[in-house]
Amino acid sequence: MQLDETLTAPPEPILSCDYKGSTNGVRHALFDLRRALSGAGAADEELASAEIVVAEALNNVVEHALAEETRPSFHLCACSVEDGMNIVIRDKGRPMPDGKPPIGELPEIPSDLVDLPEGGFGWFLIRELARDLTYVRQGEENKLTFRLAICL
Amino acid sequence: MELASTERNGDIIVRVDEQRIDAAVAVNFKDSMRAYCLGQHPRIILNLEKVEFVDSSGLGAIVAILKEVGEDKSLVLAALNPSVEKVFRLTRMDSVFQIYPGVEDAFEGIAYAT
Repeated sequence: MQLDETLTAPPEPILSCDYKGSTNGVRHALFDLRRALSGAGAADEELASAEIVVAEALNNVVEHALAEETRPSFHLCACSVEDGMNIVIRDKGRPMPDGKPPIGELPEIPSDLVDLPEGGFGWFLIRELARDLTYVRQGEENKLTFRLAICL
Repeated sequence: MELASTERNGDIIVRVDEQRIDAAVAVNFKDSMRAYCLGQHPRIILNLEKVEFVDSSGLGAIVAILKEVGEDKSLVLAALNPSVEKVFRLTRMDSVFQIYPGVEDAFEGIAYAT
């Protein structure tokens, strides 16, 4: 009986918090996430992957979705699931262009130094490191969900 | 942005005394590096031993610095932490930069190359 209750109970988030929609807010969120994932038993390399992908996702929220907001904020939630760690990021900023997240192809590396790309890596890193990525616009809110195959 | 520089054999070693090169400091970092890029040193060794995290903004800043250094001089990266190395590897920027395990290795590498 007790086992059944454990199986059906909704998973407790290891982190669920609002942050200022600024580059410093992103730093705070990542600090909290690292601490929470460490506590959940993530190895150093898993922490590195998690920090990179969540940093890129949050940077996009702050730089694009929340750019015009007067009191920008976002919500970060991390929840332990059977096959890793679910990450949910919510904000009340602008929706993604075309209502979907970018494909995130790696910029080509040109032969000339002056043509080297200085950006366009963010969504590539997210797509490379995140699993089961979904984006939905719910009313006035953006909700980005993905899974990290860590803490298995 | 805290940077510490020392000269050696005509080259300059610039150590980044920050734990993170991220969106919060990328522009500042690029601006702070400009003086070294425009200097007379033929080689700049960027020592990243204290940097624990670089995001795509930080990576973009380091690419911009490489471009500012130009073809006639060189920028060399040394002492990347595993997380930083991972970002360079995933984005294949490890094929664009000269990367050495440590500052000493960077000097030996340069010595061999000349």
